[in-house]
Amino acid sequence: MGFWQRLLKLDRRWIFLGIGLVVIFPLIYPLKLPVKPTKPSMDLFNYIDTLGPESDAVFLVNGSAPSTLPELMPMLQAILRHCLTKGVPVIFFGGLYPQYIGVAKMAIDEIIKEFPDKKSGKDYVFLGYIPGVSAVILSIGIDIETTFGADYYGIPIDSLPMMREIKNYSDISIVIDISGTSSPEYWLMYGQERYGVNFGVGCTAVSAPAYYAFLQSGQMVGLLGGLKGAAEYEELMARNGYPTGKRPATVGMDSQSFGHLLIVLLVILGNIGYFVTRRAEKTRGIEQRRKR
Amino acid sequence: MRRTLPLVIAFGIGFAMLIQYFIPHPISENFYNVIVQQWFIIIFAFQFVLALRSFFMHHIRKISQKKEGYWFSAVAIASALFMAIAGFATKRGPFFDSLYKYMYAPLQATMFSLLAFFIASAAFRAFRARNLQATLLLVTATIVMIGRVPIGDYLWKGMPDLVEWIMTVPNMAAMRGIRIGVGLGAIATAMKIMLGIERSYMGGE
Amino acid sequence: MNISTSPWVWIAALLTLMIYSFLYKENPFYRLAEHIFMGLSIGYAVVIIWYNYVLVRVYKPLFFPPHQWSLIFPILLGTMIFGIFSKKYTWLIKYPFAFYIAGYAGISIPVTLQAFVLKQVEASFLTPEKFSSIPGSINSILIFVGLITTLIFFYFSTKREHGFGTAAKVGIVFIMVAFGASFGYTVMARISLLIGRMQFLIQDWLGIM
Repeated sequence: MGFWQRLLKLDRRWIFLGIGLVVIFPLIYPLKLPVKPTKPSMDLFNYIDTLGPESDAVFLVNGSAPSTLPELMPMLQAILRHCLTKGVPVIFFGGLYPQYIGVAKMAIDEIIKEFPDKKSGKDYVFLGYIPGVSAVILSIGIDIETTFGADYYGIPIDSLPMMREIKNYSDISIVIDISGTSSPEYWLMYGQERYGVNFGVGCTAVSAPAYYAFLQSGQMVGLLGGLKGAAEYEELMARNGYPTGKRPATVGMDSQSFGHLLIVLLVILGNIGYFVTRRAEKTRGIEQRRKR
Repeated sequence: MRRTLPLVIAFGIGFAMLIQYFIPHPISENFYNVIVQQWFIIIFAFQFVLALRSFFMHHIRKISQKKEGYWFSAVAIASALFMAIAGFATKRGPFFDSLYKYMYAPLQATMFSLLAFFIASAAFRAFRARNLQATLLLVTATIVMIGRVPIGDYLWKGMPDLVEWIMTVPNMAAMRGIRIGVGLGAIATAMKIMLGIERSYMGGE
Repeated sequence: MNISTSPWVWIAALLTLMIYSFLYKENPFYRLAEHIFMGLSIGYAVVIIWYNYVLVRVYKPLFFPPHQWSLIFPILLGTMIFGIFSKKYTWLIKYPFAFYIAGYAGISIPVTLQAFVLKQVEASFLTPEKFSSIPGSINSILIFVGLITTLIFFYFSTKREHGFGTAAKVGIVFIMVAFGASFGYTVMARISLLIGRMQFLIQDWLGIM
């Protein structure tokens, strides 16, 4: 068996080991390659940066389950830090599915430690789960207080100082959905389209290519795509002098780079091996037919 | 009657919610508010009961029939009860939060992270440039993979701009075409549901 | 190296390694971790729904003043879903499903048409503003051509003859570029998930980073 044939028959566990090593190594010995922000990330950052304490609230939606935590948690935390630093009122909605609430609680618990002067109900509100998915999005457009009744901690909405002036989307400056599913499409249809509220998205890299159409049409203000999008937002926060925390997305970018290089190498090697072995088989077939 | 009445309900409520969009009268708005905020949300919540039933029926059946690996089903049921009891006993306290943060979240995150290994294996074994179209797909994927990460900018300064152009022009054009097609398809399906042509959601008799 | 002394971190690390053992070979540790996950998911959802929804939106409005007795009607319709527990009354679930699914169908039609069709078509028109620069002009024409040829490619009700066939072939080029971009992004997403877990193991558990 030739070299390429042996290579194509390689036990996949060696490939698993390879991808594990190229991800681990840069985490321990980082190169700190610079992250260059792109326009979709800058658009979202700049929009939030224009807001202040007197602005309408930011409605930040957590659409992250633990399965998408590495990509979306850095985005959630970066945007929360940005809003709280600027004093922008934040309504942090835990999510459209029950399993998302835990992620939202992890995010808010972590960030609030950095802002001990910020109070729930006064500077931010954390809303829990209500079943209904699209019905919830539509219902928020009618009345937030009737939709939720109380915040995550059980405190009635109408007793929260921050919510006194906020009834529905008309009192919200932007809805930002940080999502690992197709929920941005529901927010777009039932929130942005029906009620005209501004809309931004942070999503996993899988979904990002499909949302460029909405960016170009002006239906979305900005887009953070995947871990790179989160790293871009962290970079913009750093460049503008805002607190950045540990910058988990930026730290992961070196591993991301080398992981991609390995995948490209595997694709190239696999294809070279395929064409070489295919040519060898064709040649062997021709020779066998000649002998007969 | 059992088949006809649901179809009548489907047509009635579907048509009502459709035309409500175009009628700004307070009665229409009030009807919309009540249907969305009360009826839809409450009915949706009851569907969770179906998920619970499905979970417990599947695992209890496995245990009672002593099928292969039945004791794993016992573990699943025990975990569900443990998490629920912890939540109710502590009123969603720190212990409940820790169960989520240090057990549930790592389990789900790790399961999904397995995909990275499988995509690496698939890249080597399955992604073949068999024809011109597949080659175009792989070349684009390679450019995007390299250009979207910092190493792409390091290798060639123009790489990120090339990727941004790919995303905002050819990718966006095709995705828009697909999106329009999906939108039209969704509208057609919605019409079929309202008119009773599409009845699969009702199941059998 | 600064290995964590928190028992919770050790539990999380152990469960992570149990799942990763699947990469070598499927084994009972992996299946155990998988079933623990299934159970925790259901248990968590029950608690969240009870505290965030049932207590606040159903129990209190019904049994505490001001009583919202109108909630009884949707609750009655919702309880028909319980018909699935009995072979004799399974047919009852058709009513809430018909109401819910058809109601959503009606709501979704105008917003889908607006958001996914009309706004997208509007954004593709070749207006004079799009020709303000040469790169902008070229990009706008490419977007327009790409959109039309993609739609033509997915139109299967006509024979692929003459110009129609050529347009479909051009559409395939745009579609393959889009799929290639999607594949590249998908790889990025998968690697990111692995990076997250490795960060936990190296930083939070072993304290190497």
